[in-house]
Amino acid sequence: MSEPLALTGAPDEPSATGSVRALPSPAVAPARRRALTEALAAWALAGPAVFFLLALFFLPVIGVLVIALTDWQFGALTLAFVGLANFREVFADDGFRASLVNTIVYVLIVVPGTLVFGLLIALLIESGKSCRSFYRAIHFLPFMATLTAMAVAWEALLHPTIGLVNQTLAAIGLPTANWLRDENTALPVLAVIGIWQNLGYAMVLFLAGLKSIPQDLYDAADIDGADLWLDRFRTVTLPLLGPVSMFVVIVVALRAFESFDTVKVLTQGGPGHASEMLLYTLYRESFEYLRTGYGAAVAVVFLAIVVTLTLAQARLMDRKVHYQ
Amino acid sequence: MSINMHPNRLLQPSAIVRHAVLLTTGALILVPFVWMVSLSLKPPGEIFRASFSFWPTQFYGVENYTKALTEAPLPRYMGNGLIVCALILGLQILVCAPCAYALAKLRFPGRDLLFAMVLIGLLLPHQVLSLPLFVLGYQLGILNTYAALIFPYVVSPFGIFLFRQFFKTIPDDVVHAARLDGLSEIAIVWKIMVPMALPALAAFSIFSVVGHWNDLFWPLIAVRDESLMPPPLGIMAFKSEESGNDYGPLMAASTLIVLPLVVAFLAAQKWFVEGMTGGAVK
Repeated sequence: MSEPLALTGAPDEPSATGSVRALPSPAVAPARRRALTEALAAWALAGPAVFFLLALFFLPVIGVLVIALTDWQFGALTLAFVGLANFREVFADDGFRASLVNTIVYVLIVVPGTLVFGLLIALLIESGKSCRSFYRAIHFLPFMATLTAMAVAWEALLHPTIGLVNQTLAAIGLPTANWLRDENTALPVLAVIGIWQNLGYAMVLFLAGLKSIPQDLYDAADIDGADLWLDRFRTVTLPLLGPVSMFVVIVVALRAFESFDTVKVLTQGGPGHASEMLLYTLYRESFEYLRTGYGAAVAVVFLAIVVTLTLAQARLMDRKVHYQ
Repeated sequence: MSINMHPNRLLQPSAIVRHAVLLTTGALILVPFVWMVSLSLKPPGEIFRASFSFWPTQFYGVENYTKALTEAPLPRYMGNGLIVCALILGLQILVCAPCAYALAKLRFPGRDLLFAMVLIGLLLPHQVLSLPLFVLGYQLGILNTYAALIFPYVVSPFGIFLFRQFFKTIPDDVVHAARLDGLSEIAIVWKIMVPMALPALAAFSIFSVVGHWNDLFWPLIAVRDESLMPPPLGIMAFKSEESGNDYGPLMAASTLIVLPLVVAFLAAQKWFVEGMTGGAVK
C-alpha cells in the first residue's frame, strides 16, 4: 500500500529492517509517514475483531457485573444498586453451596483421574512402535463425540435393570445400584464420565510432550548410568513433561468446572442437589427460573473461580516448571 | 543402546503387556459407543430382555433408524448444525485472520493493549457471558433465529491467538516481498498469510466445528423452535418426547449425530489431533 511511496523517498529502503538508525535524515519523514499508514492499516485490519471483542466479551462481562450488583430483572426498565445483596442471597442458599461443593469435588476427581490415565496411556503408546495411531484414535474418540448424545448412551448403560453395568455387576456377584438416582453415586458417576471424555485429550497432549523430548537426553542419561526404564523416566521424561502436565491440569480443570451437558441430560442436578454443579445452577436460575440477579451472581462467582485458577496456575507454571 | 531395546524382537514380554493393557483400556473406552450402536439395532423386546449379546437376534436396525429419521426431524437438526458451524467458522476466519496479521506483523500504537484484550478474551468462559448475550440477542430481536446461535461466536480469541502464533513464524521477508509486488495489507492477509498458514487454518477449523457441533449450553438458551435446533438440542428434544421408553430409535438418533465427527476424525486423525493440541504444546 504505502511501500512504493516510501521506496521513492529512500532508495536503500529494503535494508531498513536491520539498520533503521543508519538511514540518512531525508528518509525520516517518509519513514514516519510509513509508520502512520502501517498503524492505520493495522487498526483497519483489527477493527472488526476489536469491535466484536468489545461487544461480545468486554461489554457482557461488565453487563454481568452490573446485573449482579443491581436488582435488575428481565424486561425491567429501571434498576437500582443493591450492593452485594444478590451474593448474600446466593451464599445463603443451601442449593448453591451444595452446587459449589459438588463442582469442587467433581474437579478433584476428574483432574487427577484424567491426568494419571492420560499419562499412563500416552507412555504405553509411546513405549512401542506398532499400532500407535490405532490406539491413539480409540482413546481420543470420546473427546470428539457429541457429549449430549453420548450421555444418552451412558444413561442406557447405567439403566438400573437393563443397563450393561448392572447386568455385569450382577453376573459377577457384585452389588448393583441405581447409579443416577442415588445421591451417593450420581456425582461420582458423572465424574467417571468426565474422565472417560477427557483422558484422550490429556493423552494426546502428553504424546506431543513426549515426542518433543530430544533423544540426546536419553542417550546422555544412558551414558550417565540410567539403564533402567524407571531411571530414565524419573530423570528425563517426568521433569521434561512438567510444562505439558501443568497445561493439562489447567485445561482439564477448566473443562471440569464447565461441565454441563452430562448434568443436564442425566441428572438435572438431582437427586436433591446431589449432582448439581455451578454451570447447571447458572443455567437453571438464569434461564428457567428467570432469577436474573441470582444467576448473574452465580456467573460472577464462577468467573472468579475460573480466572483465579488460570492465573494462579499460570504463575505456578512460570515459577516451577522447566522451560527450554 | 541396551540389549533389551533390540528392534527385531517383536514379541517381547513388554510388547505383549503394552498391547494387552491398551486393548483393554481401548475396549473399555469404546463400551458406550458399542452399546449405543448395539441398542440401535435391537427391537424393544430384546432391549428390555437385557442380554449381553452385541448383535441382535432379530435385526431391527432399519425400523429404528427409519423412526429416528422420520419421527424426529433429525435431518433438519443435522442440517442446522451444518449451517451454524459453517457460518460461525467462516465469520471467525474473516474476523480473526486480519487481526492476527496486524498483531503478528505490523507495528502500531495499542498493539500490546489489543493483544492483552485477546488474552483476557481467552480467559473468559463463554457461559459467564450468556446472560448479557441473551439480553443483547433480545434487544437485537434475533432470539430464536440462526443469528442467535451464531452471533456470540463471530470473534474467537483463540482463533486470533492461534493465527498470530503461526503468522509470527512466517519470515518478515515474505511480507516485504509481497509489499514490493504491490499487494495491499488486506491482500497480503488473504493471498499470502492465510494460504501459508493452512495447518493453523485446519487446526482452528476442526477446533471450531467440533466445539459448535457439540455445544448444548448456548443453543438451549438461544432457540426454542424445533426447526432451528442443532443436533445436541435436537437429541434432548427427541429424548423427552420419547420419555425414555423407546431406546432403539433414540440410540439410532444418537449414533447418527455422533457419526459425522467420528468418521471425519478417523479419516483425518492426524489433523484432528493437531487441531485439538494446536498451540498447546510448544
